[in-house]
Amino acid sequence: MTKLVYFAWVRERIGKSEEEIALPASVVTVSDLLGHLQTLGEEYETALQFPDVIRVALDQEHVEHDEPIGDAREIGIFPPMTGG
Amino acid sequence: MTPTPTIRVQREDFDLQAEIDLLSKGKPGIGAIVTFSGLCRDEGGTLAALELEHYPGMAEAEMTRIAAMAIERFTLVGLTAIHRYGKIAAGENIVLVIAAAPHRQAAFDGASFVMDFLKTSAPFWKKEHGKDGVERDWVEAKNQDDAARDKWT
Repeated sequence: MTKLVYFAWVRERIGKSEEEIALPASVVTVSDLLGHLQTLGEEYETALQFPDVIRVALDQEHVEHDEPIGDAREIGIFPPMTGG
Repeated sequence: MTPTPTIRVQREDFDLQAEIDLLSKGKPGIGAIVTFSGLCRDEGGTLAALELEHYPGMAEAEMTRIAAMAIERFTLVGLTAIHRYGKIAAGENIVLVIAAAPHRQAAFDGASFVMDFLKTSAPFWKKEHGKDGVERDWVEAKNQDDAARDKWT
């Protein structure tokens, strides 16, 4: 099982702040994961319909979408950051 | 010796002078201290507050990574970065960066570098609350912030 955590409008659109899911073997990269999540329901589809703007962190470190997920335990999925 | 930065993510406000004193104590090599504070502006009287959401754990980790880069690149003698979360009313503090160095240019550059990276890679998000009590939308990321960060590379 992998822990997914969502923030800001990604969290609001999916309707939860975190969940544990079993990733199918076909999910290798971050991009594969975003594609897989979009098949889980309308709320995921809405949240992730523009995957290019979505930012992802593996075990709390930013990664590009072509990065393999490997054995990451926690995957953060969120919009571009607006702090500071 | 490489200084250890002070990194905090907190709900409560911070005190500029107290943080400057804490940073400079016992460091007689400091010749310049630059502080940057970011505040919640009222957007022409229409904004009541910002709701700051963050990714606990990663926010501190990312700020620590940014601080380490700045210390190395500008040979800073001390660095403090504090970012608040929760509901922050117009006029209140959001973020504080203090950079200390032997000479002014490194201190200016260090503070500027940390802010440019904080805005684009520290996991914080702002949602607007209007004066009319209505919760508005999430603040959109600006291309100019990416450009400000990219000028350092």
